[in-house]
Amino acid sequence: MTLEERLINGDRRAVARMITLVENNDHDAFEILKKLYHRSGNAYVIGITGPPGAGKSTLTDKLVKHIRTLGKTVGVIAVDPTSPFTGGAILGDRVRMSDISMDPGVFIRSMGARGHLGGISQGTSAAIKVLDIYGCDYIFVETVGVGQSEIDIVKNCDTTLMVMVPGLGDDIQAIKAGVMEIGDVFAINKSDRDGAKRTAREINAMLDFSSKDWRPPVEMVIATENQGVDKLFEQVEVHRQYLEETGNFQQRRFDNTKNELIEMVKHKIVGQLMDESYKQEIVNELSDRVAKRMLDPYTAIDTLYDKVIKQES
Amino acid sequence: MDRPIRVLVAKPGLDGHDRGAKVIARALRDAGMEVIYTGLRQTPEQIVNAAIQEDVDCVAISILSGAHNTLLPKVVALLKQENAEDILVVGGGVIPDEDIPFLKESGISEVFTPGTPTEVTINYIREHVK
Amino acid sequence: MYTKEKMTQLEEKVNEFETKTKATLSKHPERHETFFTGSGDEINRLYSPVDIQDVDYMNDIGLPGQFPYTRGVQPTMYRGRLWTMRMYAGFATAEESNQRYKFLVEQGSSGLSVAFDLPTQIGYDSDHPLSEGEVGKVGVAIDSLADMEVLFDGIPLDKVSTSMTINAPASVLLAMYIAVAEKQGVSSDKLRGTIQNDILKEYIARGTYIFPTEPSMRLITNIFEYCSKDVPLWNTISISGYHIREAGSTAAQEVGFTLADGIAYVDAAIAAGLDVDTFAPRLSFFFNAHNDLLEEVAKYRAARRLWAKIMKERFGAKSSKSMALKFHTQTGGSTLTAQQPENNIVRVAIQTLAAVLGGTQSLHTNSKDEALALPTEDSVRVALRTQQIVGYESGVTNTIDPLAGSYYIEAKTNQIEEDAMAYIKKIDDLGGAPKAIDKGYIQQEIMDAAYNYQKEVETGERIVVGMNKFQIEEEAPKGLLRVDPAVGERQKQKIVDLKAKREQAKVDETLVALKAACEGTENVMPFILDAVRAYATLGEICGVMREVFGEYQQSVIL
Repeated sequence: MTLEERLINGDRRAVARMITLVENNDHDAFEILKKLYHRSGNAYVIGITGPPGAGKSTLTDKLVKHIRTLGKTVGVIAVDPTSPFTGGAILGDRVRMSDISMDPGVFIRSMGARGHLGGISQGTSAAIKVLDIYGCDYIFVETVGVGQSEIDIVKNCDTTLMVMVPGLGDDIQAIKAGVMEIGDVFAINKSDRDGAKRTAREINAMLDFSSKDWRPPVEMVIATENQGVDKLFEQVEVHRQYLEETGNFQQRRFDNTKNELIEMVKHKIVGQLMDESYKQEIVNELSDRVAKRMLDPYTAIDTLYDKVIKQES
Repeated sequence: MDRPIRVLVAKPGLDGHDRGAKVIARALRDAGMEVIYTGLRQTPEQIVNAAIQEDVDCVAISILSGAHNTLLPKVVALLKQENAEDILVVGGGVIPDEDIPFLKESGISEVFTPGTPTEVTINYIREHVK
Repeated sequence: MYTKEKMTQLEEKVNEFETKTKATLSKHPERHETFFTGSGDEINRLYSPVDIQDVDYMNDIGLPGQFPYTRGVQPTMYRGRLWTMRMYAGFATAEESNQRYKFLVEQGSSGLSVAFDLPTQIGYDSDHPLSEGEVGKVGVAIDSLADMEVLFDGIPLDKVSTSMTINAPASVLLAMYIAVAEKQGVSSDKLRGTIQNDILKEYIARGTYIFPTEPSMRLITNIFEYCSKDVPLWNTISISGYHIREAGSTAAQEVGFTLADGIAYVDAAIAAGLDVDTFAPRLSFFFNAHNDLLEEVAKYRAARRLWAKIMKERFGAKSSKSMALKFHTQTGGSTLTAQQPENNIVRVAIQTLAAVLGGTQSLHTNSKDEALALPTEDSVRVALRTQQIVGYESGVTNTIDPLAGSYYIEAKTNQIEEDAMAYIKKIDDLGGAPKAIDKGYIQQEIMDAAYNYQKEVETGERIVVGMNKFQIEEEAPKGLLRVDPAVGERQKQKIVDLKAKREQAKVDETLVALKAACEGTENVMPFILDAVRAYATLGEICGVMREVFGEYQQSVIL
């Protein structure tokens, strides 16, 4: 049986292999995705992000466990974007997902941040498609919310869950700038700790300033004790309902898709620019001349575009 | 296609001595591999399930509890059951030499005993993953 | 000792010596550019009074049996009596381990030390699915009081002291010990021994945890309270640096992290309403002995001094017994090599010397074959003989703390104390040991040290004889101890028989009462004791507690 057939038949090894292949920009894998893309779109994609140590994996574990009691299947993509330059990584998120790791209705996959041509967000986005085609009802994408690439990851999601913990202090101030606004639902995890109410108050105060239609709810949870998890999931469903009833769901998927297409084109062009040595030489030569003020960058870009990109179209 | 080797570093059995597992995990990472770490007290079923979902090239098992003759062959058998016998399985830990032939017969490709340099393990994995 | 003027003169002389020596180095280079201790601390060419000029003898070193206990916790030390030679042993079933204990007592062992198998340590019966392949492997399998009765058959519990390496289910095994003594007609106030009962280092390094931090700390303080009244001679905890060191820490980290754990236990007991001087005298410690002899000796001395100060100054202890740090030592398992195992005898001898020169109260010496398997009787005998040779032939036991006053030893003692204190301060800042563990700080520090060590060994910067230098072609060692694989089946059958024989109504009744006690705030010890007496199994008792308390989630730090 071909990989494509096995994927349609729900062979777990085929799913796993497909994710590996798309993660590595394998041409054949994209050919398969082209054929099967029409089968995707049914999964509801939930992003989970927040600062390191917020308990995201444990919360994912409990949320998935809860969703399983509703008879739905789930895929989890645990992304760890932190890894040194060697290209290696240690991915340890599975450890905290012991409640669901043996459930045949759950598929967990860990991803590192190696040199994806399209950046890690495209790797996860392709993996989401694979799990979607495989037939997951829900797909969780979990990642540390510290930088732009992680924001890009959760931007692809239908609902983004922001996990906070008490006692972050100044960190909240730092986080609010870019990351706060991507949260559709907020969870204060480890809410039995000192300062939980204060953290909730601070987050609520920030959210009150937002002028968006959707006012993100803030839920108190203790993931390790499974407290508040069902309530939190209800809020995710409320957000989903809001999106669907207001027509924002289609709008959001349109926006996300458009973003993704533009990103993919960008990366394709950049790829074209660098895929053969003669082109790299042109780039280097132009850069050198611009740096030495022998040429202005605007002319250089026109030259580059004419010599390299246009040639191929 | 040049992609990093993915290795599942697994600790079956009940012993909690994870120094060796963690050292090898770091060494494999520094050698450019992607390591998925499972944590303590993993059953063979959990290890195999993770190996499948993570599409790893190799399962590296660390065990010091003395239960290797029971648990390691079980991992191999379960992989076979999942049609995943192409995944390389290696073991390490306090394993007496006289147990090694039996483990190899059971499908463990190589056993690394105490004092093996991490370099040896790294090279072995590099050369033997399919 | 020195006037200011004399010290200045001396300092000049020393500097002169250093300058002169450095000048000759181009012709006669030293073996390394920089020298390091076993823990990787830089070490000087020479130590002199200059390095310890701030030491105040009575305040910092003092006299044996007196604050700050740098020189030892008793006034006569080994002139009074040698340390307890306590060999950790146990494997297979209670019957076989009972034989080994009798052998050890015949051979001159002065205390028993029980090793339990992993299912027992994690609170599972031998018939639990996770026990598959583990029963009787690294220690003896104990499922109920019935096994415990066999384990101590013919061993009078009012005469021996027994150490039990048991942590998460320590309350249950202690209750079984008390119940066996009852059957022997020995009342609990006569029992002497130790339970390890140190859950924090399980989270950090050893991994045999069951319950989350809070209920675990409650069980520990329940034991403190119960024993202070009913088992007054029992050491209720053995706060362990041993496993922290085995996981790869440095000597200073071993002291710092262990004492930080100790502080957490004292805090918890005080918060539970206990008076510090009622329980603190029964706290004991457990350290490692590695190969760097002088660094290790300094480590024990630093640990004693630092703990004395902490108890006095931080906790306001009044009793001198609360301030005196008593400790057990085990030679370092991770220093043993699988290559040329005979060499391990020599390592163990050096480590024994370190522990004795450091003033240990009891000692386990590892056997040469432990990098390969559990030790055979022959190799255990050699390990015990090593202690006896140091005790009876070496002469180091004839005067107290003989290395005191060595410029290097005192300087090193100061340095380890300082470094350990810095770790404690950092852990305080993180909110105490449980929080620091939760955040992974302690694990991360240990892991970094372990990885550095490994890299040094692999680059050859650090020499391990027989392993990365002076290797030979070797044949696989023969005659290793093998645990009969049928042990698991035998143990399962015992459970079946027990369950058929015992009075089930009584078991159910005591377990229901235990559950209620766990849900409430009472001391659970009497309830555990009742369940044990009714022959409830370890798995059943821990099962009830798992139900109420939940299970610990490891925070993985790589």
